[in-house]
Amino acid sequence: MTGHTLQAANLSKEYGHFTALSKLNLKLEGSKCIGFLGPNGAGKTTTLKIFTDMIRPTSGEAFINGINVHFDKKKALASVGTLIETPEIYGSLTAREALSMIAEIKGIPKSVVKKSILKVIERVKMKEWLDKKIKNMSKGMKQRINIAAAILGNPDVIILDEPTSGLDPRGMSEVRSIIKDLKRENRLIFMSSHLLSEVSEICDEVAMIDHGKLLAYGPIGEVVSKFSHDGAGEVEVSVLRPVGAAVLKRIRGIGGVGSVKRVDGRTFTVRTSGGIKEQEALLSRLVKMKIGVIGFKPSSSALEETYLSVFKETV
Amino acid sequence: MAKNPEFGNRNTVPNSFSQTFTMLKYSFLEYIRSRRFFVLLIIAVAVGAILTGVMGYFRPQGSFASPLAFYSDWWGESGTFMIILSAIFFGGDAISGEFQNKTGYFIVGNPIRRSAIYVGKWLAALTASLAILAVFALMTIGNGVYYFGASGLPYQFVESLLFSVLYMVSALGLTFFFSAMFKSSTVAILTTVILLLFVFSLVQTLVAGLAHVQPWFIITYGAQIIGNVLMNPYPSPVTTRGFTSASGGGTGGLALTTYNATIPQGITILLVYFAVTIIAGLVMFERKEFT
Ligand SMILES: Nc1ncnc2c1ncn2[C@@H]1O[C@H](COP(=O)(O)OP(=O)(O)OP(=O)(O)O)[C@@H](O)[C@H]1O
Ligand SMILES: [Mg+2]
Repeated sequence: MTGHTLQAANLSKEYGHFTALSKLNLKLEGSKCIGFLGPNGAGKTTTLKIFTDMIRPTSGEAFINGINVHFDKKKALASVGTLIETPEIYGSLTAREALSMIAEIKGIPKSVVKKSILKVIERVKMKEWLDKKIKNMSKGMKQRINIAAAILGNPDVIILDEPTSGLDPRGMSEVRSIIKDLKRENRLIFMSSHLLSEVSEICDEVAMIDHGKLLAYGPIGEVVSKFSHDGAGEVEVSVLRPVGAAVLKRIRGIGGVGSVKRVDGRTFTVRTSGGIKEQEALLSRLVKMKIGVIGFKPSSSALEETYLSVFKETV
Repeated sequence: MAKNPEFGNRNTVPNSFSQTFTMLKYSFLEYIRSRRFFVLLIIAVAVGAILTGVMGYFRPQGSFASPLAFYSDWWGESGTFMIILSAIFFGGDAISGEFQNKTGYFIVGNPIRRSAIYVGKWLAALTASLAILAVFALMTIGNGVYYFGASGLPYQFVESLLFSVLYMVSALGLTFFFSAMFKSSTVAILTTVILLLFVFSLVQTLVAGLAHVQPWFIITYGAQIIGNVLMNPYPSPVTTRGFTSASGGGTGGLALTTYNATIPQGITILLVYFAVTIIAGLVMFERKEFT
């Protein structure tokens, strides 16, 4: 059951003279979740659309499990669940009918269709809406049905384009846990997102793209340390009493500390060269200094910092 | 792959034939529950009711001369009108809507060929259209049987019904073709409305009447067999009427030519229109990008 793959080989897409995707090479393999990051217009949706044969590449090829998506879409997508942008569903169908349509297309056996639909509709918490018409649903409810359709039939590979867009906070958190569950069930999940907290919570790897070019790909930790200036994180410390220059100097002297910057009288940031262990050691040293530490947290999530340093400007 | 209990895997994706049927089933559901189907049904019933009223109240002599004349007056024009209306209602934005409303996004990302989507939707539109046409035909027959009895049902009317079905098939091929050509539903619908209701008949009149050329390349010309078969005798293929000027000069007169497709010609025109538009529409849909 291992070895699901998504592969972009020299994938390019041009719209007239505009290059939306430029020679993208990326091979995703195994059972894990890969977050697809990049600013607006970076080419994320373009890439995912090529993987579902919604658009054709200008050059290059997209493979799912080694099968060229454009030349044999039916076979390539045979065990793939997809959700690209925010699809609409025939309004006069009920959720059950819409999901039955997808179940029949996917070839879920008649004997288990009902059970499968019930399972996914429960997973997206829309059971009471099963026999209601789609046109009477809110945007977020429709997105939940879209997610249900994507995971219907337990696909081996799942391609999601900003799956939590339009969902309320509870919906987002529910979808996150759905994806985490799927990951445990040996799935390959490729998901674009603008929510870095979401990606760092559920994904194992990230691919970063901008102006149609791949800038980074690898396990989150690896990408983070590669792109931070000193392979380190930054913590923000708040204290009860204003600290003087002498204190900051003493902190600079602690092992593993790179730099110390004053934010205001009672707040300063400390860069540490290592990971979570060094931060723990730093905190206990600071407490021992009796400077009245009342706050100690990452200045921003490591992934966000990496994101901001990789993508210098938006659009 | 047997580990996957729901079999959503590469071994069990249904063949394109049954996927086409799936598309037919659910698009048909969408069609008959839509406001459009309802509106069209109202139109069919209203036109039928008006005709029933007119026939019953005025008893036009011409219409009651023979059963054939009666069916001709009932069905000859209005049947064709219902066909065109259905083709526009159900086919006008069938494919463009999938792009514009983004309903296509829900479907194309699945293991299904686009041709199965196109053909399935086309069959659904045909089924819905035939349902409307059947209602209208039943009203026609009801009236005919009321006045002339069941034995008064002329075989020509059965022929006319068959040609009507053929025209429905052909006209839907055409409207689907334009709906696949444009991503905007408004443009697609407008194009088919203008073509089917105005341009074709205008070109037909000009080409036939003035240029004296048989308009064999126009779908509505072929569809005239629906009304023509109800005429006794069947209209002659070419009639030229010369209008000489009143001052008596024999030359400089205007000659108007009317053409009437023979039944084989009409069938051929409708079939060719269907074959060409369905294939061209399919090719366009296959190539169209969901951007
Ligand atoms: N049909 C089109 N014609 C011309 N340009 C297009 C078309 N579709 C997309 N583009 C361009 O391609 C680029 C990539 O778009 P894409 O939708 O892949 O971005 P994205 O990374 O998904 O962005 P977002 O985060 O906003 O969803 C954009 O600059 C966009 O303007
Ligand atoms: Mg996008």
